[in-house]
Amino acid sequence: MTDFYPLLPALFLGIGGMGLLLAGLAKANATQPVTLSAITLLIAAAFLTVTAPDAVLFGGLLKTSLFTRYADTLIYLGAIAALILSLDYNKREGIARFEYPILVLFAVLGMIVMISAADMMSLYIGFELQSLALYICAALARDSVRSTEAGLKYFVLGALASGLLLYGISLVYGFAGTTNFAALGGVFRQGAGLGTVVGVVFVLIGLAFKISAAPFHMWAPDVYEGAPSSVTALFATAPKTAALALFLSVMAGPFAHLTGQWEMLIQILAVLSMIIGALAAIGQSNIKRLLAYSSVGHMGYALMGLVTGTVAGIQASLIYIAIYVVMSAGAFACVIAMRRNGQAVERISDLAGLAGEHPGFAFAFAVFMWSMAGIPPLGGFFAKLVVFYTAFNAGYDALTIIGIITSVIGAFYYLRVIKVMYFDKGRPQFDKTSAGAGFVMAVGAFAVIVFVAVPGPLMAVAGAAAKALMG
Amino acid sequence: MIQNLAFYLFSFILLASAVMVVTNRNPVHAVLFLILGFVNAAVLFLLAGAEFLAFILAIVYVGAVAVLFLFVVMMLDVDFASLHEGFQRYAPVGALVALIMFAELAFIAGTWAIAPAGSADRLFPTPADVSNTVALGQLIYTAYLPLFQLSGVILLVAMIGAIVLTHRDRKRSLHQNISAQHARTPEQTLVMIRSPLGEGVALPQTQKEEETL
Repeated sequence: MTDFYPLLPALFLGIGGMGLLLAGLAKANATQPVTLSAITLLIAAAFLTVTAPDAVLFGGLLKTSLFTRYADTLIYLGAIAALILSLDYNKREGIARFEYPILVLFAVLGMIVMISAADMMSLYIGFELQSLALYICAALARDSVRSTEAGLKYFVLGALASGLLLYGISLVYGFAGTTNFAALGGVFRQGAGLGTVVGVVFVLIGLAFKISAAPFHMWAPDVYEGAPSSVTALFATAPKTAALALFLSVMAGPFAHLTGQWEMLIQILAVLSMIIGALAAIGQSNIKRLLAYSSVGHMGYALMGLVTGTVAGIQASLIYIAIYVVMSAGAFACVIAMRRNGQAVERISDLAGLAGEHPGFAFAFAVFMWSMAGIPPLGGFFAKLVVFYTAFNAGYDALTIIGIITSVIGAFYYLRVIKVMYFDKGRPQFDKTSAGAGFVMAVGAFAVIVFVAVPGPLMAVAGAAAKALMG
Repeated sequence: MIQNLAFYLFSFILLASAVMVVTNRNPVHAVLFLILGFVNAAVLFLLAGAEFLAFILAIVYVGAVAVLFLFVVMMLDVDFASLHEGFQRYAPVGALVALIMFAELAFIAGTWAIAPAGSADRLFPTPADVSNTVALGQLIYTAYLPLFQLSGVILLVAMIGAIVLTHRDRKRSLHQNISAQHARTPEQTLVMIRSPLGEGVALPQTQKEEETL
């Protein structure tokens, strides 16, 4: 039993998902109860994950440590927030299908498998499981052209990314003779040939697709805009965390001794993501597209920590992603609350005059925008500060300066949203905010504001998780 | 000697049928050449001693995928001539990309070197005394059992996805409700009409009857 304890969350999600599938078929109008059960399952899985010990499972296919538990917990948080938001939104949009929470459960299962992977094979299986479930989620509003387009686009580009990843893995396997992370680390200690490097680069590109780091971000704005907002809220939180955690565990795990080969590439990814995130978002008039480009930028900052290749750097990345998940979930709760006459509205200009009619809503949205812009004393400022500080200390002056400049440019479009809400004349006449969206907004805003008072626990856990990863 | 001859023979047929797949104007012929290509690739695997891959290729690709293609080609009215339209225009770009890819592959092949400790690190050396189908089975159902199960979950997700994206409840489907039929009484369906002589029969509205059905 103790051997299988770390496996319980995965078993829970898999078997629970299948059970809910049967329950949903047996009962008409099962969406609400199935969603609530899925949320309960995720909470239970989170508790099991947090209390699980370190373990190597199935002869080295999976490995759990504080690092995987940290990332898993963030994924559960993101998925729970997305499911809470979907409760009301999916019903109002007429896409309340009980399969959606079940697909989310399977996607989360795939994510925790790929994060815990200690072997290229389990990595790939987990990767595919989560991707496939998410492609379907993107096309959930199957009668909307934009949603099906988003699903198809995500599917085609995701399949391409999977192909690149798989090709990279096959090259690495071909040159090293093993797929086990520990064994790969041992082989690469003696250096690597050109073929291995090509393989590593392909693996890196496949992962960069998934976190939508520039220049592999082109799918993100279209998919974010086209998918139903409740699904976009999921995309912006859980899979991003999973893919970034996978990025960290692969680069700091089997490829740790090849730093010379991949460091430059990560720097390029980080710089391009920050620049594109800052510049491309300026011209957007759709709030979901704006948040998509903003997430590209955030991935750039999160990658800066990895560039340093130190424990402090990984710690900075982990802190960044944790705060990003909270901000992102909160911002999308605000987007979901933008409804007029029973229709979802997505234009930034629709927000004009919001502060007069819905002061609480406007304040929460403003808090997330300020935080994403990195304005003190909110959580987002702190996340950026940690990343810049570690990068600067590790001697990456140019990278730090680019990061600061792009975050100043990026502040423009975040502040523009606030300006529209508070100073532009207009009457949004939004429908009453649903309880779920209000809850996510309130909790997110509270966490972002209060974080500055008690940064200690998150810092400590992230530091210990980074140490667990680097060994 | 015979083996070399067989290798070159089947590789030649494989390459020739691959060219025919791309250049053939008749889509049905193209699919048939595709099947020929798959069969030859399977034979090549067989020559290399990987009989499991050969069987899988024959069963999955020839048996399922290619036949599915054939169905699609014959059932759907796709204008294949229009698909070829852009060929002339995009050929130079495509050739350039192909050339770059080829150069990259040549670079890799040029420096092909297996890591010195590679074979020692191999997780599962090929066992000498059993065929590779047996060896694969022994691995898949022992060391990689969890991954095998997870692959099953992936297929389940694919199935859920297909249903979510295509299934629609038909509101007006004509299924039989036996209890409703048994519960019918003569009052719901029978209408007694006393028709006067010479005026024919005027049926009253039967809307009530349709509702109860």
